[in-house]
Amino acid sequence: MFGRLTWQAIPWSEPIPLIAAGVVGLFLLAVIGWVFVKGYAPYLWREWITSVDHKRIGVMYCLLALVMLLRGFSDAAMMRSQQALAFHSPGYLPPDHYDQIFSAHGTIMIFFVAMPFVIGLMNFVVPLQLGVRDVAFPTLNSVSFWLTASGALLVNVSLVVGEFARTGWLPYPPLSELQYSPGVGVDYYLWSLQISGAGTLLSGVNLVTTILKMRAPGLSYTRMPVFCWTALASNLLIVAAFPILTAVTAMLLLDRYLGFHFFTNELGGNPMMFVNLIWAWGHPEVYILILPAFGVFSEVIATFSRKPLFGYRSMVAATMAICVLSFMVWLHHFFTMGAGADVNGFFGIMTMIIAVPTGVKVYNWLFTMYGGRVHFSTPMLWSIGFMVTFVIGGMTGVLMAIPPADFVLHNSLFLIAHFHNVIIGGVLFGAFAGYTYWFPKAFGFQLDERWGKCAFWLWFLGFYTAFMPLYVLGLLGMTRRMQHFDRPEWYPWVLIAGAGAVLITLGICAQVIQLAVSIRNRALLADLTGDPWDGRTLEWATASPPPAFNFAVLPNVTGEEPYWGMKERARALAHLLTTEPSYEAISVPRNSPTGVVTAFFAVFLGFAMIWRIYWLAGLGFVGIYAAFVVFAWRDRSEEEISAAEVARLDRANRMMRSSVLAEEAS
Amino acid sequence: MSKRPQEDDASPGLELEAPENFSRGLQSYLIGLALAVGLTVASFWAVRTNLIYGPGVPVALVAFAIAQMGIHLVFFLHITTGPDNTNNVLALAFGVLIVGLVVFGSLWIMANLNHNMIPMKQLMDMQR
Amino acid sequence: MSMVSTFSPVDPNRIGHDNRVASAEAEALGRGAGGPAPKYIVVSYGFWIFLLSDIVMFSAFFAAFQVLAGQSPDMAPRFDLDDVAIETGCLLVSSFLCGVAALSARRRNLMATEFFLLLTGLFGAGFLLLELKEFTGLVVQHMGPADGAYYSGFFALVGCHGLHVTAGLLWLGTMMAQIWAKGFRQDILRRLVCFSLFWHALDIVWVGIFSFVYLMRFAP
Repeated sequence: MFGRLTWQAIPWSEPIPLIAAGVVGLFLLAVIGWVFVKGYAPYLWREWITSVDHKRIGVMYCLLALVMLLRGFSDAAMMRSQQALAFHSPGYLPPDHYDQIFSAHGTIMIFFVAMPFVIGLMNFVVPLQLGVRDVAFPTLNSVSFWLTASGALLVNVSLVVGEFARTGWLPYPPLSELQYSPGVGVDYYLWSLQISGAGTLLSGVNLVTTILKMRAPGLSYTRMPVFCWTALASNLLIVAAFPILTAVTAMLLLDRYLGFHFFTNELGGNPMMFVNLIWAWGHPEVYILILPAFGVFSEVIATFSRKPLFGYRSMVAATMAICVLSFMVWLHHFFTMGAGADVNGFFGIMTMIIAVPTGVKVYNWLFTMYGGRVHFSTPMLWSIGFMVTFVIGGMTGVLMAIPPADFVLHNSLFLIAHFHNVIIGGVLFGAFAGYTYWFPKAFGFQLDERWGKCAFWLWFLGFYTAFMPLYVLGLLGMTRRMQHFDRPEWYPWVLIAGAGAVLITLGICAQVIQLAVSIRNRALLADLTGDPWDGRTLEWATASPPPAFNFAVLPNVTGEEPYWGMKERARALAHLLTTEPSYEAISVPRNSPTGVVTAFFAVFLGFAMIWRIYWLAGLGFVGIYAAFVVFAWRDRSEEEISAAEVARLDRANRMMRSSVLAEEAS
Repeated sequence: MSKRPQEDDASPGLELEAPENFSRGLQSYLIGLALAVGLTVASFWAVRTNLIYGPGVPVALVAFAIAQMGIHLVFFLHITTGPDNTNNVLALAFGVLIVGLVVFGSLWIMANLNHNMIPMKQLMDMQR
Repeated sequence: MSMVSTFSPVDPNRIGHDNRVASAEAEALGRGAGGPAPKYIVVSYGFWIFLLSDIVMFSAFFAAFQVLAGQSPDMAPRFDLDDVAIETGCLLVSSFLCGVAALSARRRNLMATEFFLLLTGLFGAGFLLLELKEFTGLVVQHMGPADGAYYSGFFALVGCHGLHVTAGLLWLGTMMAQIWAKGFRQDILRRLVCFSLFWHALDIVWVGIFSFVYLMRFAP
């Protein structure tokens, strides 16, 4: 009746997950209780949960990412503390528990922190920068978000009900096959990835179509901000790479559920093929993560250097080159698997080649800053921190691109240090820069600058303290994922790395405090005009937060920096460029519960399949199909915002901007 | 003026012909069907016949398959090479590139691995 | 409407061709500087991109099949090529009939559209029945997916295609019901275009499958 699910699935005998689950569960109940008691539930349902507005969805993605960052970082802190304690000692985490923690850490950080963060930023910003009202498929956007959230929910449920995979964040067979991982852990991993992967793929389709087919009049490809170009490249990679993940995950599921022999040891299976195919997805994945971060830096550096971005054409060319090349390097993740010198040599050289367009970008950012009037606000600090950190990480990557070197360093802590170097220094710093930069646009008030700087320095120092020792440890021979070790020469470095983790914890605390303080002081930090940073791109032409329809009249773009050009001319004239437009009613897509309902049934489908409760899985599938049919059957897909309402909202912003222009002139 | 200033893109799957041109549209599908059937028959024939040099049969199959995919794209999906179809063709080209990289890359890598590694069966026998 | 700008040319970074500055190309909707494309183009282009992603997924299954087949060539079954030929014929005719249905829809002819969609579905169902017969036949001969890696690869690849056809039939049924209930509304027509794209693409994938999985087996 309930498949393999029994009361034994709850970890009664393991205090750590039990207590963690208890604390989180209580906290969740408290939050939900507070929401209902204060009467926020209808507002949340109407304005956020069923919203198909790209701005709301973008914010929810970023919120999901930040919350999951706390979980992923807790896993990291546990790993660091275990290693710091485990010199000639078993530490406090038994091996099978430790294995689940490092697997969950990687899975959560990649799929439920980094991906949602960059997708959230792209979702929020791209339509505004393109001067249009929403993405191409707003309801699909909502479905994508909720499917991602479902995957995150399933991974977190595994902490309480059952177990997680012990295979690492990529479940290599034969360890991940049923014979060697008979529990539900790998199934949790696989189903949560299938569900959230579907969401991500649909999001990729959505954004590619938006960028290629929906831009404001006058906004040709060559006038698009570089963030939109990097978003295009990243989403093209999503469309191209995620189907491979879907296929490989399905193959492993077929092996585990129906006894197929894709990756088994016997009857002709080939475990090495898993490694090959999963990295054919895995390498484009990291470029999916880093390209939007590059885009954020392009925007931030140009804005805070008060200069147009240097070398637009080479930036675009470099971005598209990285997009294509990222599909030609994947074997460098398994040089040691035995393909031979010619194959290894080819992929090693391609990996070195892909560093070139990245270098072009770094030089362009530096030349943007050169000769500019640089303002060292928090986003700019993150950007400069990125440039130093990412270059170091990139160089160690090129070092490991040489197959003989990789034979020594593969799966050592040197590798771990490298990819954390580029992911934290690149993706996370970019996400934080974007978060700080676009926060006022999303919420109408800025983040506290002092706490922001404090958080940056703690993160920056914490990162170097935590990860530079790992390079040394890798060269000293320490492999990854060690639950305990005996070598005395490693011990001091492990301790320093632990100290670094403490600094990062403080950095995260600073960010939480920053948010709390900013909310408390939001009247003082308010962004009244919609353009707090003297920005250069079209999103700063809207109010903060923008109205549902973004632009009352789609902007008519002339000149390569659409908004900056308009602003400079307006400043010269000391009044707004255009008279008030004749306002018309605007049709916006209606909110829809399709996303959350689909996700609800998807969670049931996933959970049921994990525990082999097939009747429940069938119900889940029927529910998803029913939600789709109900959505397809609706007669009204849009609702109108009256011309009067549009006028009211737009006039308020126009008045504010007029008065600022008049002030500046006097 | 052969084109209006705001020329619509052609969406894949739709021709720009007006709906009244039923017979023109039907013609396209009929020609496509005929050519596709012809190529299918040719593929099946290629395998059974003695007229093609043995090692050349796989090449013939590849050629017929690619040709038939092209027939489908042109006659059923109306993918052309005009400027209104550029986006569609570029997307298709990107897709073909990725498919090529995945398939040929994987085959190359796996063949090399298999060549350099002890076959799984033999390896497992060594374990017993 | 976008005015030809005196402030700066459409291509300020001189990426495009020089003689395209004020041409129709530059002012085109969607792909140029004319503003967002109309909704039916946005929808079908989006679906085209999704289809390309689906084809990448098939290519991953295909790569896996080829690798496993290459490793265990002795496992390859003697496929019944007559069945394969009939299956191919069914899909091809089905694709053609789908095209005729699309033409009827453009002429807003309800009965003709429903009739040709029904035929499309029937031929598709015929394909599926034959495929099911083939699969059960293989399983009975101990050539099922759990019996060896070659069969796993085969069943996954061809089965994935079959699942797509099944999903397509479910979609087709829903579309037929929608057209019957609500007529040729704009959004329903857009969905019909997406369905035809999907159905034709499945036939393209089948061309690959019957050529490289079935026929290649018999190449001397």
